[in-house]
Amino acid sequence: MRILRAIFSHGSGRIGGVIVGVYLLIAILGMLGLTPHNPITQYRVDRLHAPNGAYWMGTDLFGRDVASRLMAGIGQSFTVAFFSVAFATLAGTVLGLAAAWLGRRWDGVVMRIMDVLLAFPAILLALLIVTVAGPGTWTSIVAIGIVYTPIFTRVVRGPALSLKAREFVDAARTFGSSSSYIVTRHLLLNLVAPLTVQVTLALAWSLLTEAGLSFLGLGTQPPAASLGLMLSDSRNLMETAPWLMIFPGLAIMISILGFNLLGDALRDILDPKMRRAPA
Amino acid sequence: MNYLMRRLATFPLVLLGVSILVFVAIRMVPGDSITAMLGTEAGLLTPAQRDSLAAYFGIDQPWFIQYWRWIGGILHGNLGISVTYGRPVLDVILERFPLTLELAVLSMIIALVVGMPAGIFAATHNEKLSDLGVRIVAMIGQSTPSFVLGLLIIYTLSAGFGVLPAMGEFAPLWQDPLRNLSQMILPAITLGFAFAASVTRISRSAMLDVLSDDYVRTARSKGASARSVIWRHALPNALIPVVTLSGIEFGYLLGGAVIVEQIYALPGLGRMVLDAIQQRDYALVQGSVLFIAFNFMIVNLLVDLAYVALDPRIRLGES
Repeated sequence: MRILRAIFSHGSGRIGGVIVGVYLLIAILGMLGLTPHNPITQYRVDRLHAPNGAYWMGTDLFGRDVASRLMAGIGQSFTVAFFSVAFATLAGTVLGLAAAWLGRRWDGVVMRIMDVLLAFPAILLALLIVTVAGPGTWTSIVAIGIVYTPIFTRVVRGPALSLKAREFVDAARTFGSSSSYIVTRHLLLNLVAPLTVQVTLALAWSLLTEAGLSFLGLGTQPPAASLGLMLSDSRNLMETAPWLMIFPGLAIMISILGFNLLGDALRDILDPKMRRAPA
Repeated sequence: MNYLMRRLATFPLVLLGVSILVFVAIRMVPGDSITAMLGTEAGLLTPAQRDSLAAYFGIDQPWFIQYWRWIGGILHGNLGISVTYGRPVLDVILERFPLTLELAVLSMIIALVVGMPAGIFAATHNEKLSDLGVRIVAMIGQSTPSFVLGLLIIYTLSAGFGVLPAMGEFAPLWQDPLRNLSQMILPAITLGFAFAASVTRISRSAMLDVLSDDYVRTARSKGASARSVIWRHALPNALIPVVTLSGIEFGYLLGGAVIVEQIYALPGLGRMVLDAIQQRDYALVQGSVLFIAFNFMIVNLLVDLAYVALDPRIRLGES
């Protein structure tokens, strides 16, 4: 509750929070199928209709309602973004904590594997994984999750290493606390703040990567709707039906903006060291 | 020096990891490269013809022998033969690389030329309306995917001015510089916009940090002019995070900008890798991924070395 109040008293946090909130609502409606029209029904007589009262954002080449497809697409993008970031957070936290706590050889092995993953450009690694496993929602989730795991591993390992050397951890050991208790209680709980910031920013990257994969035809498969796919389909009709490009383009942009603003606000609130220097 | 040696010593290890990962991954893609290369005509091959093709490309052997041969070849500067191009992989990569390099350099120039002054300006006008303006534009820039911006640029040009970006046959820089720049400028702006936004944000916050440091206050109280405080005292220290960010971003751009190359129909490294993955061109995918990873590591190393040049207090490799 306190954190929510802090977000809403922070300038960019308020804007970011509202944007993310509205998108979440749209995503849920889109996933539940509560859209103005059925997103895959083709109203052939109304093909390439400009935005009007019946079709708020117009229709596409097949006469499908753009607004409904946008809602379904946001639902799809958010599903992929949330699950892939959850995957990366979980895997990265476990690996980072293991590397920091077990140290020595474990640390070396885990971090070298992360170096290997980091040496790949993000979109290429995702492309490779998607091509191996075949495109689809779950593949996108795993591919994007793997791509961002090294970042979470690093975010966790660094602070965990310095926490491990602190007196209160030594004290807990002297009291006879078990390793698992110390790791979860003393390390993990102290990492919640940097992780929260990272999760918010990773959601923005993940939305971007998902849209990119779909744009290349390797994400969500038609006829299901996705923002990247809608944008890619709009390319040939840009001049006759610009609404096909403008709405999905803005939808992607604003969603990423929302998470970026929220992430910045959280960083200001949760990490006093990163707070803007006084004027 | 010691640090440099130790960093260089980890290179082969990471590259070995990359090579194993990509080697295994590309072989897990369903389908084989001969069918992918010949399409429906592959059905016309007699088993003997198919075998001899497989032997020619070296894909008739068990995977560990293929891997061993590949690694052995690399050590002799031979990355294998591309199935789709019928030419040595290294030649194909080196043919595409200049475009990717040029695009990365142009985007970085745009990012630094626009982003650094904007960031410094915002920092020196902290909390004023102009600072807010710069921050809003930077935030929007950072949130605009390159493919959205690319499509918007193409749309604005064609709907507003009736012109299309110069596409068609790609003209290399050294053959027709003017035509080349006319083809490269829009992709470079597309990539440079978000890059410039990141540079703006990082130089603003780095500058703000430095401006509140004691030594800057000392310089001010000694009567140094505002200009001298910013340029001589503050900027060199504020550069470190800017160098890190630009270096990492540049390293990624050297891996090819798949989507922007796709939008502007540019024959760069990114599209080549995408095509190679889809064509199951094992040798080309392996070779180019290794090439990209190697470049990325070199750029990262250079970034670390740049720290030392910028800040003599930093001693690399000491914990």
